[in-house]
Amino acid sequence: MTDEKARKVPAAPAPNPGVAAPRRPSPAEVAWEESVLEPSLAQSPDRVADFTTVSSYPIRRLYTEADVADWNAERDLGAPGQPPYTRGIHPAMYRERLWTMRQFAGFGSALDTNRRFRYLLSQGQTGISVAFDLPTLMGYDSDHPLSEGEVGKCGVAISSLADMEALFDQIPLADVTTSMTINSPAATIWAMYLAVAEKQGADWRTISGTLQNDILKEYIAQKEYIYPPGPSLRMVTDTIEFGAKHTPKFNPISISGYHIREAGSTAIQELAFTLRDGIEYVEHCLRRGLAIDDFAPRLSFFFNAHNDFFEEIAKYRAARRIWQSVMRERFGAKNPRSWALRFHSQTAGCSLTAPQPYNNVVRTAVQALAAVVGGTQSLHTNSLDEAWALPTESAATLALRTQQIIAYESGVTHTADPFGGSYFVETLTNEVERGARDYILKIDALGGMVAAIERGFPQREIADAAYRYQQTVDRKEKIIVGVNDYVVEGQPIETLHIDDSVARGQAERLRKLRAERSNDEVERRLSSLRHAAGGDENLMPHLFEAVKAYATLGEICDALRQPFGVYQEVAIT
Amino acid sequence: MPGQKIRVLIAKPGLDGHDRGAKVIARALRDAGMEVIYTGLRQTPEMIASAALQEDVDVIGLSILSGAHNTLCTRLMDLLRAQQMDDVTVLIGGIIPEADIVGLKKIGIAEVFLPGTTTQAIVDFIRRRVAKN
Repeated sequence: MTDEKARKVPAAPAPNPGVAAPRRPSPAEVAWEESVLEPSLAQSPDRVADFTTVSSYPIRRLYTEADVADWNAERDLGAPGQPPYTRGIHPAMYRERLWTMRQFAGFGSALDTNRRFRYLLSQGQTGISVAFDLPTLMGYDSDHPLSEGEVGKCGVAISSLADMEALFDQIPLADVTTSMTINSPAATIWAMYLAVAEKQGADWRTISGTLQNDILKEYIAQKEYIYPPGPSLRMVTDTIEFGAKHTPKFNPISISGYHIREAGSTAIQELAFTLRDGIEYVEHCLRRGLAIDDFAPRLSFFFNAHNDFFEEIAKYRAARRIWQSVMRERFGAKNPRSWALRFHSQTAGCSLTAPQPYNNVVRTAVQALAAVVGGTQSLHTNSLDEAWALPTESAATLALRTQQIIAYESGVTHTADPFGGSYFVETLTNEVERGARDYILKIDALGGMVAAIERGFPQREIADAAYRYQQTVDRKEKIIVGVNDYVVEGQPIETLHIDDSVARGQAERLRKLRAERSNDEVERRLSSLRHAAGGDENLMPHLFEAVKAYATLGEICDALRQPFGVYQEVAIT
Repeated sequence: MPGQKIRVLIAKPGLDGHDRGAKVIARALRDAGMEVIYTGLRQTPEMIASAALQEDVDVIGLSILSGAHNTLCTRLMDLLRAQQMDDVTVLIGGIIPEADIVGLKKIGIAEVFLPGTTTQAIVDFIRRRVAKN
């Protein structure tokens, strides 16, 4: 592989012009404005001065042909299943297959979570999604001092392969796809998953699922980093390389905007930072010597489904259109499967309110509808009680039913990209695309995403957007029903309670594990892992052997803390 | 003393990395004229108690969305008591089930601010509380 391929190539010009053409309303539109609209407003003005999306993006009162004068249907819209993919990545979209209903779940012990997984599958969810607890996310065993009070509280506690085996008891990995929300320890958790698959006799070449494994957004937003960017990106590249060779149906990465949005970014920032993170990962893989079409088809994405219905739909359409041009023009990918952006979405957790929690059912439904109309491949819908605690079984069931009702009762699945050709949605798609491309160019100019993170650029953009949004809410420029208007004294609801018996159970399991395994074998495997970490071998085979010897997650992550070092954030408020 | 700024420590105890709220509050309190020190992430109760003492704060604002609030708050309040910092107002915001609020107040947490609280409400509460002290 020559340096040519790794050289940073500026993005090719957008399919639509970089700058919006000046708007030229038709004589009929001007006449309407003057003789119909203005007199009406004179008698009865608008309710408020500004109408903006939840991202504070201004929306016109009416979109007409004047807004799409330089829009070309064949170039900018096309048909689903082919570039520019604006209308979706499959020709038949949901007529052929519905999105995967994949509810994020996890709490307490592996046994508790296994039960919830099997329950959700019995209620019709079509894929599994694992939520891990904070100690697991941060690479600590359940009995580590820093794990105190945190075990099983916001996800399932997984400290070893033994826990992973219990997590998938009676769940055949050959038949069920699994998404795992894990980042810094992703390679280790994936090694455990692959070990479970092997034990079950499931073929690595056909098992499917997704590993979140998106470390860049940790520095930017979710903050579950352990190691610095260099070694972390090495491990991400290791997993993509390993997956390309051994698990061709598995998505080794889910390049995420959800968390960036939850941290307070605008829709345009969410889109831009996500896609630019994707570009950074691609560059790392190319530098490793991987051929673009060998790994790009398995890059997957994860977006938020937030409150503003049309802004979200425009965002998803712009995402597909930008990514296919990045793949084809910036990276020269030849396989159409490399061009098509596949994404999972989750309804916006940050929009859920503590007061009047049943209102959240409605919010989730509207947000889920936007994701479906936007062409998502996979969807998680939040539960009504999540501003209070992890979901109860009944709240999680209602969230799943929300998807099923949309799928079977709303009719939106009958046709691909229902809003295609709408003056409003095409204009908004163009505008979101333009805004995102601007940010991508800015980050290119800063030297890439790692450089931008080191300068605090995305973090500051997000903090500023979050603060501006809070100000609009505090000033009641944005109304949140039940929170700053329509406020009533609340009735508390039943919530899920996780107590410290989980921690005690885990401590006992770990004690037993350490007593029963071969500690010599563990030390041998950790030693060879440490050694490999200091070089440039792919770490996956070493991690696989370590987890099979029942080295714990904490032991493995600690073994890597030595050669890799740990990351210290400079806080930006 | 008149004219002296209210000093607030905003802290993220435990492993929870969700810092949107903590950062928004820190900025809002600064804009309201308070002196704000933000600890950053992954603070143990020991680190928070030590920082509060060093910075001689009037108020500690904790942000916890991880469900670990009972354990972390109990330990922090014990440490503050041991340091004779009983006059420091301790506030918490985040994801706190209704059922836990009484227990937190019993151990000395002055107020629990749930999602949806305006920044002005927090500013007002702190001003009233510190003036009383």
